[in-house]
Amino acid sequence: MDLTADLRGDILVIHANEDRLDASSAIQFKDRMRELTLTASQRVVLDLSRVVFVDSSGLGAIVAVLKALAPDRKLELAGLTHTVQKVFRLTRMEQVFAIHAELPQNLRHAS
Amino acid sequence: MTVPPAPRVWVKLRLAADPQAIRDGLCQLMAATPLCDLSDDVRGSIQIVLAEVLNNIVEHAYAGSAGYIDVKIDYEHPTLSFEVTDTGHAMPSDRLPGGELAMIDARTDLPEGGFGWSMIRSLTQGLIYTRRSGRNTLEFWIEAG
Repeated sequence: MDLTADLRGDILVIHANEDRLDASSAIQFKDRMRELTLTASQRVVLDLSRVVFVDSSGLGAIVAVLKALAPDRKLELAGLTHTVQKVFRLTRMEQVFAIHAELPQNLRHAS
Repeated sequence: MTVPPAPRVWVKLRLAADPQAIRDGLCQLMAATPLCDLSDDVRGSIQIVLAEVLNNIVEHAYAGSAGYIDVKIDYEHPTLSFEVTDTGHAMPSDRLPGGELAMIDARTDLPEGGFGWSMIRSLTQGLIYTRRSGRNTLEFWIEAG
């Protein structure tokens, strides 16, 4: 799973650079998130704007990361695309995460 | 004036029962007729349901052993009919699992699974499971709106 991190002030922004987070990438996603979040920061924002599809394994992996960061740090999400938003709504996980419509301009990917 | 009946369009695909083949097969199905012509919202629902159904078969029916899954999609506007078959283990007690979501309260007790059947049940109309001659068949319907 291709993830890249950017530390901006006290916010660690992690960009998901693949279009799917599913049963074939969920474990790799969790491992890579564990490595990247070793960098200390108050907030962690996962940028999902390039991800067009998340299945229940992918969702479970995102929840696992939220739990691993608690209670000291929070995992926030940004840029949910249409179908990804639907998965969060159907499973009521939208109530659990702070979800931003998009990343603030100054936190977006350099490319 | 009589309206001609909507044409029937169908697609069939055989997939190997592993996560990568499921991912590739889903992308292939979404890009082909009849699914490629539907609205984004309906396509989203179909992709969610198919991913859950197929991954459940890989994880539970075949549980790590090799096998095939056959998917057949039949579209006669406005109804899409799906038939998914495999030759893995039967559902426990030959019945479909319920679709209740786990309670969401304390942050430490958040569920990391159990989302699949709940999403399948919310997005489909009718869900019929049969086990016959060592074969599982799941049929369901989605309205294309």
